[in-house]
Order: sequence, then structure tokens, then C-alpha cells
Amino acid sequence: MSAGSSSAGREKVGMLSRVRGALGSSSAWPIYIALVIVVVSSAIITAANGDNFFAPANIRDMLVRSVALGIVSAGQTLVIVGGSLDLSVANLISVATIVAATVMGGDPGMVVVGVIAVLIMGAAVGLINGLIITKLRVNAFIATLGTALIMRGILDANFQGASGSIPREFGFLGYGSVGPVPISVILLAAVVAAVWFLLRGTRFGHRLYAVGGDEETARLSGVRTHRIIIGAHVLCSLCAVITGLFIASRLRAGDPYVGSAGGYDLESIAAVVVGGTILAGGRGGVIGTIGGVFILAVLDNLFNLLEVNAFLKDVIRGVIIIAAVALYALQRRGKGAS
Amino acid sequence: MSETPNGTPNGAPLLQMRGIEKNFVGVKVLHGVDLECRAGEVHAVVGENGAGKSTLMKVLAGAHQPDGGKVLLDGEEVSFRHTQDAQKRGISIIYQEFNLLPDRTVAQNVFLGREPHRGPLVDRREMDRATAEILGDLDADAAIRPGKLVGDLSVAQQQTVEIAKALSLNARVLVMDEPTAALSTTEAERLFEQVRRLQERGLAILYISHRLKEVFELASRITVLKDGQRVGTLVTEEATPGGLVRMMVGRDLDHYYPPRAEPEDIGEVRLRVSGGGTDVLRDVSIELKAGEVVGVAGLQGSGRTELARAIFGADPFDEGTLELGGRKIRIRSPRQAIQNRIGFVTEDRKAEGLIPVRSVRENGRLGLRALGSRARRERGLTGQDLVEELTRAVELRARSLEQEVRFLSGGNQQKVVLTKWLAVKPEILLFDEPTRGIDVGAKAGIHELIRKLARQGMAVLMISSELPEVIGMSDRIVVLRNGDIAGELPAGASESDIMFLATGEGDVGEHAGREAEGS
Repeated sequence: MSAGSSSAGREKVGMLSRVRGALGSSSAWPIYIALVIVVVSSAIITAANGDNFFAPANIRDMLVRSVALGIVSAGQTLVIVGGSLDLSVANLISVATIVAATVMGGDPGMVVVGVIAVLIMGAAVGLINGLIITKLRVNAFIATLGTALIMRGILDANFQGASGSIPREFGFLGYGSVGPVPISVILLAAVVAAVWFLLRGTRFGHRLYAVGGDEETARLSGVRTHRIIIGAHVLCSLCAVITGLFIASRLRAGDPYVGSAGGYDLESIAAVVVGGTILAGGRGGVIGTIGGVFILAVLDNLFNLLEVNAFLKDVIRGVIIIAAVALYALQRRGKGAS
Repeated sequence: MSETPNGTPNGAPLLQMRGIEKNFVGVKVLHGVDLECRAGEVHAVVGENGAGKSTLMKVLAGAHQPDGGKVLLDGEEVSFRHTQDAQKRGISIIYQEFNLLPDRTVAQNVFLGREPHRGPLVDRREMDRATAEILGDLDADAAIRPGKLVGDLSVAQQQTVEIAKALSLNARVLVMDEPTAALSTTEAERLFEQVRRLQERGLAILYISHRLKEVFELASRITVLKDGQRVGTLVTEEATPGGLVRMMVGRDLDHYYPPRAEPEDIGEVRLRVSGGGTDVLRDVSIELKAGEVVGVAGLQGSGRTELARAIFGADPFDEGTLELGGRKIRIRSPRQAIQNRIGFVTEDRKAEGLIPVRSVRENGRLGLRALGSRARRERGLTGQDLVEELTRAVELRARSLEQEVRFLSGGNQQKVVLTKWLAVKPEILLFDEPTRGIDVGAKAGIHELIRKLARQGMAVLMISSELPEVIGMSDRIVVLRNGDIAGELPAGASESDIMFLATGEGDVGEHAGREAEGS
């Protein structure tokens, strides 16, 4: 590299990494520029339609819509940063609602037991995913597709529609609020903060980036890579079942189709990559992911206001996901050449 | 050794490996190898590729478990189930392919797996401070800041980070696997200084290298491995390069370079670049003639590889003109380059030259696929046995044409790459580090092949960081510096002339006046 261009490049890199540092994750900043653009144009379009985009009710509605996808995606971020992937989250969410509704059975006294049961079940599924991937050396895509199918089969065989019952008391998670802030949004913020902190501040996080960046390098540096990958899967599955609890709280019942109907498996992966985390692992972060979730939510909100046809909605979302990832690729290539 | 600062109470060497055996899927790769290293000693391990050096070192580092024999530290038997076990006992290894994460910072890399912490939290300030301190010991704290991304560092700086990583582990035994493979001469000199410093600190250093010159410069003892066995251990003063090579290859090997081209062998200009520029190269002009080998020298980062990639259309020229046989042409992609009879033997065989999990035959036919069926017919490339014929011409040694190329040695893999290019009947061949990572024995074969192709009328461009290779092979030497052509030297120029042009510093050599002459 020639002296002139490389020093210019270094300056640029320096500036980039400072911005990155401020946002707490590498290359998260473009997503927030995109988010601002989307919000501003939504506000303008909405205003032209005679509505107020920034009406508290509308904002709250968007945030609550972001909760379910946001929590799953936060967990998905962990496994993807670690170079893995989880396709089983959608069906796991369904299973979680069923387990919660069945264990609680409408009895307020069983709420705590139900929550604990769901969390244990989630951790177990994550552990199984992680073990299959690390010990049996099955590609994560296939391993989690397999566990997803197994859960699907169990659900289909045993449950036809809404099952069990969630006691009214547990509804606070889905509907309650502290002052103007919905409890579910606080939950989302807490999960995102926890994941952010885990990735940025802890040894586990540092090693997860290493494993995702280059598993052999991490292994040869003395990192117990299997534990890290399994840990990420357990956390990812826990995030999924927390989403399941939130949904169950809103539905007041278990629903065997709620996860797959919501498309949380692919949507969460989309939110993660739109947020700038690389599917190959080792780079990215949850701050970007949540930006991705918000973009999808704002667009959803806009489409609803404009009563856009559902199929067209999907087409537009598809275009946006591809455009986002293509832009990241271009940005990276530009950096590589400088 | 009386001056050993590191405690070896019973006088035993710091490290002893005795009768190490290792099998891979039933194939024995180490047959009872012995090796020892004292504190404060640099002990070189030499041998051809496949001699078992890397496997032996991986056993030492805990990355492989031995099937027999034992490892002793301070005369006490140890066994490592994991690299971390070995690290805890003070054994560190710097692999040839660095184990660094480009997207993480220097400090994060140095302390990977052992991050300083308070509770579960990484103590980032302490991590940066400790990293800066270690880099300071290596006299590298000015250039390499702990918060920098490793991907933004030069190769030599990355190597310093590797050394820092080893030191942060309080390594007592340091294994360096081919540490100079990717370094320029000056960078290598700096590395040697660092190695001597580590030696003074009392580290036992196992130094693996192909380059006998540096082995003689650094090591006090040399162990030669061949086919998984120890041929012998010599005290450096008693060894000779010739003797070592004989031990390594089991026969005399007088490495000579094939005779250069005579003036009448050199034909018309095949390729001419005028004022070529990319984001790395500036105003580059170069000519390649039929029958001639043009050597390209320059430091790491001087634009050597970029020049070949630009000609080949992988990262095309943005400026200037390119002529093929007097005809102006724009080459925007490798496919176009291949269609215009240019071949490119890349530096990284496994990533850019071959598809390791496919067969010799398929790899040999890769380039042909870039040509349409009409172009293939026009060039008479329809014969099914073309690959077979060519593999015979390059004297490929493979079990069969269906063998996956990942199972071949480096030299034979390179021959498959050559086969791939010869299959499309090129007129211009670009070589980037054609003998990197190839055995001493096989190197001569590759050199012979390159010269043979030139003699058949091919125009050859050969990039190499090994100056003896550039000097031995080239009919003309182009030296790059910072993306510019620093000058051109005739066949047989001296190493110091090349380095003068490459660095722009040092003694004004006898050829300095020619600087303006080139291109």
C-alpha cells in the first residue's frame, strides 16, 4: 500500500472506529442513519396523510411491536457473532407459550413456576443445539433446522390450537406499564442492555467474537471454543423463550403456531444482518441489531397506516434487507481498497 | 550453559521431548522424535515440508496429543490436553499463518482467552496498559498502539503482536514456525533482533525455517527432521549449509538456477503497460517480452502483488493503457485475462489457486471453463487427456488424477496450478511467490519449469520476496517502491542494488545511476 493512500485510509479508519466505539459495536452507525431517514420520511408521509407519526400512542405501539422480534434478535445476535445461527427460535417461541400456558393453567400461584419451567426448557433446547453443533459437528444451519422440525412435530402432534391458560396476573408483562413506559419495552431494553454488556464488557463476549472471527485462532489461543458456542446457544434460546413468555402474556394462552406464523427465525436473522452483524461471525453487535428491528417496525407501522397490501409489504422488506447488506458489503470493500 | 538465567536446577535442559510418536488415521507421521532446548538457546528445526516439524510443534503446544513418548519441562514430565495447558506451563507457539483476529484490537488479540478481569468483566484499561508495556519491551510501542485493529497493521507488525501475545503468557519456551516467510529483508532483520532479545531474557526458542541463512545466523544448534524422524542434531559451528541440505533431502542438492535467456531467445513485446495506476500503483510502465523472465522485487506492500492483480484484471488498472501484442485492450476481469491468454499463479495456492477438495483433473480444467467452447476448439484444447498430458509435462507426483489436491505436497500443488494455466495455452504467465512454502528439493523443479516455459516462448513475470530467487531467475529485474517503479536492473544485479532501489536508502550501489533507465 502506498504511503499516501494508506495514511489517509488510516485516518478514516481512526474516525470510523471512534464513531464505532461511541455506538458500542463495530459498523452499527449506518443503520442509525438509515433509521433516522426512515423515521423522517415516515413522519412526512404520515403527516401528509393527516396523521401524527410521533403521537405517543403510535410510538408506544411501534415499540411494543418491536419487543418480540427485538428480544429474539438480541439472542440471535449472540449466536451469529459466534459464527453460528439459530433457525429453531420460531418454533421454540411456540413451545414456550404452550409450556407457559400449560404449567400456569390459569392459576396465579403457578406463574413463577411457569416462568422457571419455560426458562429451563429454553436453556435445555439451547444446550442441545450447542451440543449438536460442537460435539456432533453438525453445521448450525442443519442442526437448528433439525431441532426446529422436532419441536414442530411435537407441537403438531399434540396441540391443534390455543392451549392452556395464562392467568390475568401474568398479563402485566404484555400490557402493564410503568408510567407511560410499557413494561415489555423495559424488558426489551433490559435484554438488549444485558446482551450489549455481555458482548462488550465480559470475557465471554470477547471470546465469542474471537470464536466467530476464527474458531481455530481462538482454540489455539486457549479459548474453550465449544463452551463459548454452547453458551451462546443457551443464551439465544433463553431470549427466544423470554419472547415466548411475552407473547403468551399478551395472548393469555399458548399457541402452537405463533412463532412460525411470526416468522421469527428468518426475521431475527434479517434484523441481525441489517444491523451490520456479519453472518460469518466475528463482527457486529446488538446495538446494530436493535436498529435493524426498529427499521423493520417503523416500516411496518408506515405500511399499516398507508394500508399497503401485505404482499407488497414483503416485497419492499425483501428489497430493504438486500439493499442493507449490499451496502455493508460495498462499504467494507471500499475500506479494504483504501 | 552456565549463564542460563531460567532455573534448570538439575542441569536438565528446560525442554526435552523424548521419543515422540504421532499417527494420523493410521499413518505414522512422527517416529520417536527427540528434541531438546535450553533456556536462552535458539534451537533451529529444519526439514522439508511434510518432515513432521509442524506436527512436532503442535504436540508440544498441546494442539495434538502424542501417541507415544514424553515431554519434559525442567526434567519433569508434563502432558497437555489443550493448548491452554501448554500455555499455562509457559509454552507458546507462533504459527506460520498468524492466529490473529483482524477485526479485534491489538490488546484484545494479545490477551485473547486470558483477558484481565474484575469478576466477569474485562478490565480494558489494564489490558491496554499491559499490552503497551509488553510492546514497549519489544521496542514497538510507538508504532503499534493497543487499541488499533490488527487488520490495519502490516504483516511485520502483526508478527510483533504475535510475539507480544507469547510474552504476555510468560512464555519460557517459544516456538516460531517460519517466522520470516512473509517478511521483507529489513523486517526480518528487525525480527532477528527481537529474537535475540528474547534469547537474552532466557527464553528457549525453537526456530523453524526453510531459510538456512537465518538458521545459521540465529541458532546455536540445529535439528534436522526427515519423514517424521530425527536425522540428527548439529552444533551450528560444525554444520555447513550443504551438509544440512543433504540431511534434509537425503541427497546432495546443488541448488543452481537454470541458465538465463540468450538475447536471441527474447522475442517481441507481448504485453505493455503504460502509466498504469490503481489505488496502490502509480504511473507504472512495464513490458513483458516473449521468452523472457522479468523478476519483480520490492518490499512487502510495495505493490508487487497488486501489479500482477492489475494486469490479470483481478483489481484492474484505473489509469493508463495496456497493450497485448501491440493491440490496446482493457482487461476488467480475470475471465477476460484468461481469454487473452494471461495466466496468474497466485501467492496463496490454497485460497486463490486451487480448490483443495476437488481432484487434480478438475482443478486442471478450471481455467478451461473460462473459455467458451469455440475458443477451446480454436486453441485445440478439446482433447480429454490434455490435463493428463500436462501433468506428465510438469512431472506431477499424485496417486491419480482423481486425487484431491489438498493431499498433495506444496510443490505438487503448485504443479497443479501450473497445469491449470498451461491447459489454456497462455502466452503470458504471472507468478507471485512461485516457491513460497515449497521444499528445497521441489523448488529447483519449479524454477526449471518456469525457465522451460520461457524458453518455449512464454512471457513471464515473476514476483518474489526472496532476492536469491529473483536474481537467479530473472533476465531483467523491476523493483517497486510504494507503488512506483523505483528502477530496473539487468540480469545478475546484486542484492544490495535491489535493496537500494526497494528501500530508497543505504549505500549508493554501482547500479544507482540506472534508476532512471528502467521502463
